[in-house]
This record gives sequence, structure tokens and C-alpha cells, in this order.
Amino acid sequence: MAQQLCHRTRSLLRLSAIVSSSSASSSLIPLSDSIIPRQQQQRAGFAADALTVDVPVPFKAHKCDAPSLSVETSAQELLSFFKTMFTMRRMEIAADSLYKSKFIRGFCHLYDGQEAVCVGMEASLNQKDCIITAYRDHCIHLGRGGTLLEVFSELMGRKDGCSLGKGGSMHMYNKKGGFFGGNGIVGAQTPLGAGLAFAQKYLKVDGVTLTMYGDGAANQGQLFEAMNIAALWSLPVIFVCENNHYGMGTAEWRSAKSPEYYKRGDYVPGMKVDGMDCLAVKQAVKYAKEYTLKNGPFVLEFDTYRYHGHSMSDPGSTYRTRDEISGVRQERDPIERIRKLLLSLEIASVSDLKTLEKEAKSEVDEALAKAKESPQPDTSELFSHIWVKGYGAEAYGADRKEVVVKLP
Amino acid sequence: RRRKRRRRRRRRKKAIHYSSIVMMIRRRSWRRRRSSSSSSSSWEGRRSTIATTTTTTTMQQQQQQCSSSSNKMNLFSAINNALYTALDTDPRSYVFGEDVGFGGVFRCTVGLRDKFGRSRVFNTPLCEQGIVGFGIGLASMGNRAIAEIQFADYIYPAFDQIVNEAAKYRYRSGNMFNTGGLTIRAPYGAVGHGGHYHSQSPEAFFCHVPGIKVVIPRSPSQAKGLLLASIRDPNPVVFFEPKLLYRMAVEEVSEDDYTLPLSSAEVMREGSDITLVGWGAQLTILEQACTEAAKDGISCELIDLRTLIPWDQELVEASVNKTGRLLVSHEAPVTGGFGAEIAAYITERCFLRLEAPIVRVCGLDTPFPLVFEPFYLPTKNKILDAIKAAVQF
Repeated sequence: MAQQLCHRTRSLLRLSAIVSSSSASSSLIPLSDSIIPRQQQQRAGFAADALTVDVPVPFKAHKCDAPSLSVETSAQELLSFFKTMFTMRRMEIAADSLYKSKFIRGFCHLYDGQEAVCVGMEASLNQKDCIITAYRDHCIHLGRGGTLLEVFSELMGRKDGCSLGKGGSMHMYNKKGGFFGGNGIVGAQTPLGAGLAFAQKYLKVDGVTLTMYGDGAANQGQLFEAMNIAALWSLPVIFVCENNHYGMGTAEWRSAKSPEYYKRGDYVPGMKVDGMDCLAVKQAVKYAKEYTLKNGPFVLEFDTYRYHGHSMSDPGSTYRTRDEISGVRQERDPIERIRKLLLSLEIASVSDLKTLEKEAKSEVDEALAKAKESPQPDTSELFSHIWVKGYGAEAYGADRKEVVVKLP
Repeated sequence: RRRKRRRRRRRRKKAIHYSSIVMMIRRRSWRRRRSSSSSSSSWEGRRSTIATTTTTTTMQQQQQQCSSSSNKMNLFSAINNALYTALDTDPRSYVFGEDVGFGGVFRCTVGLRDKFGRSRVFNTPLCEQGIVGFGIGLASMGNRAIAEIQFADYIYPAFDQIVNEAAKYRYRSGNMFNTGGLTIRAPYGAVGHGGHYHSQSPEAFFCHVPGIKVVIPRSPSQAKGLLLASIRDPNPVVFFEPKLLYRMAVEEVSEDDYTLPLSSAEVMREGSDITLVGWGAQLTILEQACTEAAKDGISCELIDLRTLIPWDQELVEASVNKTGRLLVSHEAPVTGGFGAEIAAYITERCFLRLEAPIVRVCGLDTPFPLVFEPFYLPTKNKILDAIKAAVQF
């Protein structure tokens, strides 16, 4: 068991060694091996400079061609990546402390460590695309146009939440942004995603659906049913597997015969991407979207990692070592990677980044304070939205002295 | 770091030591107060959120239990003990499910893998339909398959396997094959903060299926006996464990290998004015309501159904014939809940004896809410109101 754990740590660190091939000790040492900046040619202002950055970890393709490793981006985009990911990280950490101080009750599944997947995906998508995911959805809701106030209020079960306080952590939705949640049952969202893609194809919307699931859900039968249907009818759906290597407490090598989730589609082409690298994710999703709109389903596997446990009731250290967690945090953290990139390309200085961080922190704190003031939903909401028409009932309190009951 | 760890260990040891002393002192004082029965079983909320109650037991078996070596256990330890006994006594029994290897999310399977090996206690991938289907296959070859579904809310992908395969195997093969060795364990019920998918009570869905048994224990000592009986019963059993009680319910549980009879309800408290029927964690609430009602001079008879199908119709019928009134309470939504079956049957059998309509105080007909849980649940006051209304009808 210990040997296998060591193997796990070693393989994860091997990956991070590829990434930080030059020394990783100081953030000011440029990643000169992997970057070909065009800045040297353009001497004008930095703000909207187009850049090409080479992604260090190669894509692994299954039944398709891998896209090129040079990613088109711009200074502005990189700065926005940094700010968004930092805001998401702060939000998740704020949610952690809210849970511990019992403002959030129920279950809370945190996304910190995996922000690059969400932010990179959004860089290649637009409002016509739909996303559906499992319960680790706070950051994806933000990415699809949700606000921090909505997220915090929903977590605490208040009126201003995106689902009116009735959903909680696992059920965040955004109709305008094409975000279909937020689903509690593992794997149940995959056939739903195929259905969304069918609608998009039928209505000629020119968008794709990204159906996200984890390495644990990859063993559910429903996923293969959905893949079969999608391939049979050429639906524009991208099956996104966020492989954080642990299905709650079970490591992927103990639950899956083939942990190469990008190949699991068999007849559906797939690709494995380093999910801690925003730019790699952006490139992969762009490629997958182009492919899918023409040819049908695609599987993307993002190799990512979550620092917290599965949920707030899971310490996260009974099935993996703390060394592994801190190793990944040091070597592969997505925010640090963008920070190094920005500093080495001289797009921003340390103080610029600090200002951005401060802004993000103050946004999060403001939203949190506002969310705490938001009231709880009315008791009439207990009976609303079960069926289309109201139930006509009112709830009465636990001691029946405060509100009178009126049953239909 | 080492200093912090040492300090933490010392604090934990002190806390455990203190709480065990407190519980010992409480128990001694109860023994002095009560003059009769030698057996005592009590529930204790560790943070005293549930009022302490005492249940007088009438079954002789339970008295025998407490006389031999027994240990103070909570529900998950009792289940662990039962599984240990089951695996020990039958070399062809297996425990499997999601994350059972390291002990499970509720620690019910702690230590089993170390003792019995990875071939008998193993993790499965995340696929409920696969887990139950696999269990059915194992059981039809004559093995005892003890499958764990991590939360009862996730049992629905396996519903087809349970209803269409496990329940009908013996019938459709003319008794050539059967899945008697299958036992499916799942934690069910409200826990205070579970929300939609960690608090459901799906027992009613399974009560509609002839061919399986549904068993729900109310306390650690009951759980051990009923689980061992379920495992050894030659029919497939779905065993729901009230997750609220995993840590909260603490009781003296015998270390012996004992079983409690299935399809046999138990009268927890004798009374003459109204019969209350419930199961699982809801019985604590019902007991509290009984105590309160007694202050108003209403004598309540409390019955723990224990097995939901096939249920002990005779005992409940006899009780209602004695009292003339019936109240059923469960956490699942009222429409189509198992209370409806009990009410219909008792109406058929005891119509002329009934003094008041049969009352069902159950969960509301909504999805299990997140924020509104206290409104949704059948609380003590709702039950008390209903008892008074029935008695004054």
C-alpha cells in the first residue's frame, strides 16, 4: 500500500518535473525553454499583445491528430486568467472557512487546484455552448457568468443564491450562460449532456455541449450509454473527464482497469491534456470544439488535482500523503504557472500582480459580506416549484406556534 | 509538528476519558432509579441534542445478551461487529462496496480487510448497478454477498437489479436458483444537513416488491442482531441503517453471535390509548412524543416494526384492537409511503374497532429540502398534536 502510494506520488511528480524542467525554486527565473515571445518584434504597449506560448506537456491523442503545442494568446488574456483563477481560489478558500464556521451546511465540494480546467475551457467557448457538470461546480458557475454573491448566497442557502437558496453547493445553474448544473448523482449528468447536444444539433445552434465528469464517474454505465448514443447520432458533445486521480477515497488505479480515460470512448476519439495548464486546456478545447461541430463526440481527459479532500467532511489525507499534495502544489499549481509566465514575459511586475490579487480578495470579501446579510428563503418556497403549478400549501414551524398551516 | 500531534493526542484521550466517565456515572444513577429489569439500554446524544430516553424491552433475548460479555458501542461499531461475526462464521461471505476497504465513509467496515483479506473485503468502482448485479451473481452461486451502497440516495441505479433480478430469481427459475445470500446495506434518513441526496428514505419503493425483505434497525444492539439475521436469511434483504444514529446512539451490545427474528415487530412501550408505529431513527422522536403525551394522561403503545416487508401484521393488528387508534410516522414523503400500506391493512382488519381515523405524520410531499429540513421532518410536536387530535376525536 505504501509502495503504491509512493508510485502515485512519483508519477505525479514526474509529470511536474517535465513542466518545471528549469529550476523551480525562484519564480523570477524565466521559462526560457518553452517560450517564443513575439514581444521582441513588437515594441508597442503590452496590453493587447498577441503572443504564442509553447505548452510543455505534449497532448496524447487517441484516434485523432494532436493539435500543435504553440498556443495563441495575448497578454490581456493571460492577465485575465490570473485574476479569474485567483478569484476562484479565494472563493473556494472562503467557502472552506464558511463551512468550518457552520455558515454553510450540508456538503461542500471544493474545486481549488482544478481552476485551470474551468478557466481554460471558457477561453475557447462562447454563450452558445452548454456546460453540464457534477457537484464540484462553484467555479464553473462563475466561469459561465455567475457572480460571487450568487455563489456565496447559494452555498449558505439564502434568497440571493442562483437557485433561490434551494439547491445549495451541488446545484448551481445559469440559464443565460448555458450552465445546466450542478448534479448530485455521479454520472447521471452524462446522458443529460448528450441530450443537450442533440437539441443544439437539431436547432442548428452551432454550439457544443461539454459534459464534465470525474475519474470516479468514468466507471458508470450511463456514461458509455451516452457515448454510444452520441457517436451513433454524431452529436456535438465533448465528454470532459476531470481526472483528479481520486474518486473520493479510491485512487484511479484501484477503480479502473484502464485509467486512460481518453481512450475509454473506444470508437470516440480522445485526447489527454495537462489540466493544470490553462493554455493547454484552451488549445485542447478549441481543437475539440472544431472537431465536434463537424464529426461528432470527442473525449477530453484533463490531468488535474484537487488540494482539498473530496468534500469538506473528507480530510483528504487518509488515502494520499501530504507530501503528494504539497508536491503538486509546488510544482504544478495553475496560478503559480501563470504568475511565472507573466513575470518572465514581463507582462506584469510583482506589484501589478499583487494589486490584482488585492482586487480579487476585496471582491470576494465584499460578496461574502453581502451574502451573509441576505435573508433565508420564505417558508412558502418549501412547496414552490415541485410541479409547475403551486401546491397551495404553507409550511408550519417545528413547534406549530408561529405560522398556521393551510393545507390544500 | 510532533509537539502539536502529541498535544492533540493528549486532548483526545482526555476527552474520551471524560465522556466515558460521564456516561458511566449517568448509567449508574439510572440503575438505582429503576427497580425492575436487569437489562438496560439507552441512547445518548454525545452533544446532548437528543434527550436521553430509556426503552424497556420485553424480549428475553435482549436480557440474555446483556448478561454475557458486552461492550458499549455505537451504531457503526455494532454493524462492524456484526459484519466481523458474519465473515468469521461463514468463509464464503464477502463484503464489498465503494470505499469499504479503508473502513467506509461511516466507518462500518473498519478493520475487516486487515483481518479477512482483500479477497473477501474489497472496494468496487463507482457503479451501483454493477455492485448489486455483481452481488446477485455471487449470491446465486451460493455465497453470502454483503453489498454496501454508500448512501440510500444512490440506490436507484441498482433499482432494476434489485427489483427485476434479485427479487424474482427464485420465482422465475422455479426454485432452481436464488439470491438468498444477498444483503444490501445502505445508510438512509435525515441527518440534519444532508440536503437532497444524502437524506432520502427510499424504503417505500422496495416495500412494493415481493421477493425481497426490507429491514430497518433502531439501535446498535438491534442492528447487530437484525443484520446477522438478514445476512443469514435465505432471501435477499435490503438493510437500511439510520445514518443519524451512527455516532449518536450508544448502547451496551453483546459481543456474542446473536440474531433477532425478522418479520417480528417489537412493542417498546405498552399503552392503552393509541398505538404508534415507526422504524429507525424516527422512533426516538416517537418516544419523546410518548413521554410528553403521558404528561397529559395519554397512554401510548409504541411499536418498532423492524422488518417492513413482510411486516408483523398480527402484532400491530392486536395492538390496534386493544387501543382503537393508530398513528404511523416515517421520514419519507407521506403520499405512497409505507404508512399508507399499514393504514390500509389496519382499516381493513380493524374497521369496527377504530375510534379515530388512522393518522400518518410523515415527511411532506416535496423533494428532501436543504434549508427547510426542520419544516419537512415529522417532529415531536407534529406527532403530539396528532396524538391529541386522535384521542379527542
